Amino acid sequence: MTDRDDDQDAIQTERVRAAIRDEIQADEDRDDSPPPRDIPVIELRDVWLAFDRPVLEGVSFAARKGETVTVVGESGTGKSTIVKLILRLLVADRGEVFVRGKDIEKVTYEEALKIRQRMGMVFQSSALFDSLTVFENVAYPLREHTNLSDDEIGERVREKLRFVDLDPDEVTQLAPSELSGGMQKRVGIARGLAANPGIMLYDEPTSGLDPLTTGIITNLIMKLQRELHVTSVVVTHDIRSAFRMSSKIALLHDRHIVFFGSPEEMAASDDKYIQTFLGGY
Amino acid sequence: MALLERINAAARKKVFSLQEAFILAWNAIRFIFVPPFYRDDVIQQMDSIGVQSLGIVVLTGFFTGMVLALQSAVQMQRFGATTYVGSLVTASMIRELGPVLAGLMVAGRVGSGIAAQIGSMRVTEQIDALNVMGTDPIKKLVTPRLIAALLMLPALTVINDVAGIFGGNVIAKFYLQLPTSLYWATVWDQISNGGFVLRFIPNDFVHGLIKPFVFGGIISLTACHFGLRTTGGTEGVGVSTTRTVVTASILILVTDYFITQALLALLPS
Repeated sequence: MTDRDDDQDAIQTERVRAAIRDEIQADEDRDDSPPPRDIPVIELRDVWLAFDRPVLEGVSFAARKGETVTVVGESGTGKSTIVKLILRLLVADRGEVFVRGKDIEKVTYEEALKIRQRMGMVFQSSALFDSLTVFENVAYPLREHTNLSDDEIGERVREKLRFVDLDPDEVTQLAPSELSGGMQKRVGIARGLAANPGIMLYDEPTSGLDPLTTGIITNLIMKLQRELHVTSVVVTHDIRSAFRMSSKIALLHDRHIVFFGSPEEMAASDDKYIQTFLGGY
Repeated sequence: MALLERINAAARKKVFSLQEAFILAWNAIRFIFVPPFYRDDVIQQMDSIGVQSLGIVVLTGFFTGMVLALQSAVQMQRFGATTYVGSLVTASMIRELGPVLAGLMVAGRVGSGIAAQIGSMRVTEQIDALNVMGTDPIKKLVTPRLIAALLMLPALTVINDVAGIFGGNVIAKFYLQLPTSLYWATVWDQISNGGFVLRFIPNDFVHGLIKPFVFGGIISLTACHFGLRTTGGTEGVGVSTTRTVVTASILILVTDYFITQALLALLPS
């Protein structure tokens, strides 16, 4: 392969990424009442939630366009609950959850389904449909909610699989059970990205993965922010990945956000709990 | 006081569960008429619930018919009434045993399968994934199974009835030495003497087809209800499966009594 071919490939790749960015922007502009550019894409304001016992008390934070906000904290502190609130799979007892300027708790169930179609979600367990192949998994949101032709869906699926560094020719016809944990996570990301959402949510994306695969997944999340300017909320207890990929980190402790700021600010904090949590990182 | 609180909590849990079951049933029925329609899923479920249950239903029906003929022949021989064995097998199979046996078999084979499949999807977050991708899980998973069960249970019951009557024929011919023509004549006598609805639909057929239609709804909705409520990993899937089979079986037997009572009042022979 010559340098000229490499240049051509790079130009082609950048064209595809620019087209995806345009599509995300066009999708946001199509919104009935697009939010002003300066307001956060995702915002939680004084959110309270309790099941049998209190889970969240007065939780507030915001993610602006293109930012990756990571929610960290000990296991069982309600980190995943925050993602479920953003998706309106749960409704807060008090407080407000805004997505693109719209209070998601005040919309109807049908409107919530529509809003969710414009968000991508990567689950801790990958949550791939085990009765479908990799191709059908990634194609699922496109078949459900778009009028794309089979050829267009095929091309989009291959493009997303390539984006997450998987070879479409090798994996499309495999069942999820035939993939390794890291590959399942990558297919999960490809599925989340299929409809070109402007928002990506991750629930423990690196849990249960070896350090090498953890690095690959973290790089992918950074690549999404860098190349597609996707706004992300990541829930994790992996502080090393959080420091690498986050624009801002929210530390959840004892039902409250006890810190919200940049990784550098967190590292410089002399708060005793934060220092204990970081464990000398 | 603590005991009262525990009873109160348990009762509330049961009431909420029942409320959830009714809401699920209402939404599943409502979504039959609301697009998008998952036709491929319905066809796939008809295959899974109907076609793949054929073997077990034919086998159950055939041997039940044989046993019915054998047991009744022993009693009827004392009165010299063995010629009526076809009539007895037909009435028993079409009105009662066909629908109930098909229902119980499908509850065991299909109900447990649906609960296990949806329960596994619940514990591996696949149901949440559907929700997140803007798909209503009831519309995607429950409604196609409900439609398929409503259509396939009556079809399976008819096949079960026919297999049972053929089973009776085998005993009548080889054990009681009755001519086949005589056996089938008593079968037809039973059907025609039971009366007709709208002059040409035998009463027995109405009895025999309303019941499996209701049973199909009971099996699919019970299985989906317990599947969607699954918690606690793979152990929870096992619990949901067991609960589905036990609850659906009991509901089939109890509902059968009330439908029979109602049909006998509405369509007397």
